[in-house]
Amino acid sequence: MTIALDIQAVSKRFGALTALDQVSLSVEAGEFFALLGPNGAGKTTLISCMAGLSRPDSGHIRVMGHDVQHDYRAARRALGVVPQELVFDPFFTVRESLVFQSGYFGLKHNDNWIDEILHKLGLTSKANANMRALSGGMKRRVMVAQALVHRPPVIVLDEPTAGVDVELRQSLWVFIQELNRAGHTIVLTTHYLEEAETLCNRIAMLKAGRVIALEDKATLLGQGSARRDIMLRLDPPGLPPALEPLLLRREGSKVWLRLADIDQLGGVLAQVQAAGARVRDFEVVELDLEQVFVARMQGKEA
Amino acid sequence: MSGFYTLFYKEILRFWRVAFQTVAAPVLTALLYLMIFSHALSRHVDVFPGVGYTAFLIPGLVMMSMLQNAFANTSSSLIQSKITGNIVFLLLPPLSHLEFFTAYVLAAVVRGLVVGVGVFAVTLWFDLPALSHPLWALAFAVLGCAVLATLGLIAGIWADKFDQLAAFQNFLIMPLTFLSGVFYSIHTLPPFWRGLSHANPVFYMIDGFRYGFFGQSDAPPLLSLAVVSGGLLVLMALALRLLRAGYKLRH
Repeated sequence: MTIALDIQAVSKRFGALTALDQVSLSVEAGEFFALLGPNGAGKTTLISCMAGLSRPDSGHIRVMGHDVQHDYRAARRALGVVPQELVFDPFFTVRESLVFQSGYFGLKHNDNWIDEILHKLGLTSKANANMRALSGGMKRRVMVAQALVHRPPVIVLDEPTAGVDVELRQSLWVFIQELNRAGHTIVLTTHYLEEAETLCNRIAMLKAGRVIALEDKATLLGQGSARRDIMLRLDPPGLPPALEPLLLRREGSKVWLRLADIDQLGGVLAQVQAAGARVRDFEVVELDLEQVFVARMQGKEA
Repeated sequence: MSGFYTLFYKEILRFWRVAFQTVAAPVLTALLYLMIFSHALSRHVDVFPGVGYTAFLIPGLVMMSMLQNAFANTSSSLIQSKITGNIVFLLLPPLSHLEFFTAYVLAAVVRGLVVGVGVFAVTLWFDLPALSHPLWALAFAVLGCAVLATLGLIAGIWADKFDQLAAFQNFLIMPLTFLSGVFYSIHTLPPFWRGLSHANPVFYMIDGFRYGFFGQSDAPPLLSLAVVSGGLLVLMALALRLLRAGYKLRH
């Protein structure tokens, strides 16, 4: 497997603040990778280091095998970045912005691809509009288009859906998934954890400049393990004393139990019946990314 | 090469889109200077032998306008891109620092020359001097614009805010251009001020450019050429170092 993004022991300080502390991770070609963390965790700094906008104090970053400092031309050609801040050049139209961006990457006859990304991002009708005349969401689409003009194998989106309406979020993800299926590696930061949960295969969590989790989504969500949390509503509500050690919490007539293995379920139900209670409601609690995220940020297992 | 050409073209288009402000306005300003000063001073100021004051003033004004606009083009383009944040679109692509430098500076030289031609064109109605050494005039025009464009690039990279740039412009560029012999010949100055003028690099640009018109000047034209070229090389080296290091552009 080709390594699309290889980050080795990258540290970056801004004065007294350690923005990145020995961050190492690698993303394989074709992955859909999420970089999560609270504000100030270092996500944007890490992206800036990948893109050459910031220079790490130590460590190395390679994009498709090219060092972002020593071989910056090849590394930048391999990378398309959608910055988090909404920025645009007010002097030009949408199409001009894209033609210029192509030119900076050394591409001259790029009109067919530009037409295609305009179409995919729903910008065709705005192609000749001045950037100033566009709404925030439209400007965001142009930024995505600008990151894609040179067909980069690795695409990094820094909170691309922040402050963007539902329709654009949907259409943007459809397009990005299409690019991922076509072989592009996608790295994404987002505040919408459900987006990361539905889209990504692998997730890194950053906290205060350190990687605190780096796992497959399935592993992170415990999907591979047999451990399950279940909810029972019993009538009468009392829990048989033998089951007390499994109790997570209680809310009215509902109890939540943690089973180390789903195989225990039969035994649990048998004990409930033996105690003369009836099960009125039952649910297997699915772990979602938000719970995992909150727990990991607090330094606990979910 | 294509990256350079695109950035150069973009920079040209940027000022051309607002040509009323970037070309027409400085031409009008120069015309006003010419009308007022030639009326007020033509009988009081002694310039070169055999050269009328208005004729003397025209090349000075042409050069001053070119220099100020070359400076304005690089510096305002960069500070705007930095403050609005769209400079990121130039930092993400594989543009080398040499491409970046050359594109910005050449586009500013073009703006300077366009303004110079404009000022020249409106002075056709006045006592337009004939060019005695057109190549000298052209060489000083291009080199002078390149010096100020490079200075503008450095100022644009250094400044974080518009008022820092304005300070650079008002407290350095304006005094240097106004006290460079645009409006007078420095041989009429008292010795102290004459000596001080020789320390002003802009004086050599104006004086050398004027030599191209009249075949006479306050300083030897070769000395002026050496000072201006030397200044350009020093500033170029500084600007390229700043760009290579990513000073204030890449953190």
